[in-house]
Amino acid sequence: MTDNQKNIKIHIENLVKSFGHNKVLRGISTDICEGEVVCVIGPSGSGKSTFLRCINRLETATSGEIVVDGYRISDKKVNLNKVRENIGMVFQHFNLFANMNVLNNLMLAPVDLKKASKADAKETAMRLLETVGLSDKADSFPSQLSGGQKQRVAIARALAMSPDIMLFDEPTSALDPEMVGEVLAVMKQLARDGMTMVVVTHEMGFAREVADRVLFMDEGVILEEGTPEQIFSSPKHPRTKDFLDKVL
Amino acid sequence: MVQLISTYGSILLTAMGQTLLLALWGLFFGCILGIIFGLASVVDNKVSRFITKIYVNVISGVPMIVLAFFVFYGVPYGLKSILGTTFVLTSLQAGTICLALNCGAYMSEIIRAGIQAIDPGQMEAARSLGLSYWRSMFRVVLPQAIKNMIPSIVNQFIITLKDTSILSVIGFPELVNKAQNVIAITFKSFEMWTIVAVMYLVVILALQQVANALERRLSRDR
Repeated sequence: MTDNQKNIKIHIENLVKSFGHNKVLRGISTDICEGEVVCVIGPSGSGKSTFLRCINRLETATSGEIVVDGYRISDKKVNLNKVRENIGMVFQHFNLFANMNVLNNLMLAPVDLKKASKADAKETAMRLLETVGLSDKADSFPSQLSGGQKQRVAIARALAMSPDIMLFDEPTSALDPEMVGEVLAVMKQLARDGMTMVVVTHEMGFAREVADRVLFMDEGVILEEGTPEQIFSSPKHPRTKDFLDKVL
Repeated sequence: MVQLISTYGSILLTAMGQTLLLALWGLFFGCILGIIFGLASVVDNKVSRFITKIYVNVISGVPMIVLAFFVFYGVPYGLKSILGTTFVLTSLQAGTICLALNCGAYMSEIIRAGIQAIDPGQMEAARSLGLSYWRSMFRVVLPQAIKNMIPSIVNQFIITLKDTSILSVIGFPELVNKAQNVIAITFKSFEMWTIVAVMYLVVILALQQVANALERRLSRDR
C-alpha cells in the first residue's frame, strides 16, 4: 500500500467530545497523510465542524488522542500556539479582522510571531493575494469585500503562515451561489499543489472531484469512508445512501 | 447676581478647578480599575470572574455617599481600633478612592460588554493563526471593542464628574461644598445654585463636544 509509505500528518484515535450531556463526537479514529485531501460530509449536527475544530483545539477534546505533526494536541502541556502556526484554518463566516485592511490581515500573524520581517511578510502577502486574484484589494477593508473575496482573503491569510495543513470549515456555506466557484477554484489549486487538507463541506461536486478520501459522518461517528468513487457511486451504509439521495 | 459673581467668582472657579482635579484623579484610577476588572471578567478563569462580580455588585449596591463616609470616617477609625495606628486620609485621597472604585466598577462593565459584543470568530481566527490569547485580545479584539465602547465611556466620564458633588459631604472643597459655604454667608440660595448648575452644564457640554468630535473621527477611519 502506498498509504503506509506516506507520512501520517494527523493521527486521531477514539476522539470523544461532549458539551455538557450532549455527546457530539462518539469515538472518531482516522489518520490523514501528507498531501491528502479529506472531505468530511454528513448531515448538520453530525459533528463535522466539532471534529475539525478539535484538530487545532479550538474545541478541547473530552477524551481521545490527536497527534498533529508529532505534537500531541490533546496534551495539556503542548505549546498550542506553536502547533497552530502550522495549521491554517478557514471559517464559514470568514472571520477577517475587521479592524485591519486586507494586507494587514495577512501580515499580522507572520510579523507578530516573528516568522518574517515586515518587508518579507508584505512580499509574501502580495504574492498570496495575487494567487487568490485579489492583489488590487490589498488596501481594502473586509467590510468592502464581497463574500467570495472575503473567503479568498481568509485562505490567503491562513497561507501566510505557510502551514503544512489546512482546515476548512464549510468555507462556501455562507456564500452566494455565484461566489462559490471562485473559492473552490482557489481550494482546488491548493489541493493540486499538494497541501494536506481537511474540508468540511456540502459541496459534493468538490468532494467528488478533489478529495482523495471522503468521510461520511453521522451522529458523532464516521459511518463510512472511502474514495469519492466508493462513497458517491456505491455507498454501503443505508444512512449514507439516504443522505446522498437527498443532497445530490 | 452680578455682585455675587464678582465677589465669589474666583472662589467658585477655584472650586471648579478642585472638582475637575478630583474627577481627573477618580477617572485615572477608575480607568485602571475598569481595565483590570473588565479584562478579568472576560478571561476564561472562574476565580477572576467571581471576584469581578462581587466588586461590581458591591459598588452598584452601595450608595456613593455611604462609600464616602465609610472610606473617609469608617476606615481610619476601624484601623485605629484594630491596629492602634493613626491613619488619616485627606478628603482628596478619600474622594479619589470613592470615585475610582465607583467609576472602575461601571467601566469594567462597559469594557466587558464591549469585548463580549465582538464576534467570537475574531478571537478564534487570531488563535488559529498561532497568536496567544493576549496578543489576539490586544491586536484584534480590543481595537474593535474600544470603538464601540467610546460613547459609554464618555457617558461614564460625565457621570463621574457629576458624582464629585457627593464628596462635598466629606468636606472636599469642590464646587457644591464651596457654594454651600457662600450661601451660609449670603443666603442667596437661588442665585448660587443657578450659577453652580450653569458651571457644571458648561463643562459637561464642552466635554460632550470633544467626545462627539472624537467619535466622528474614529468612525471616519473605517
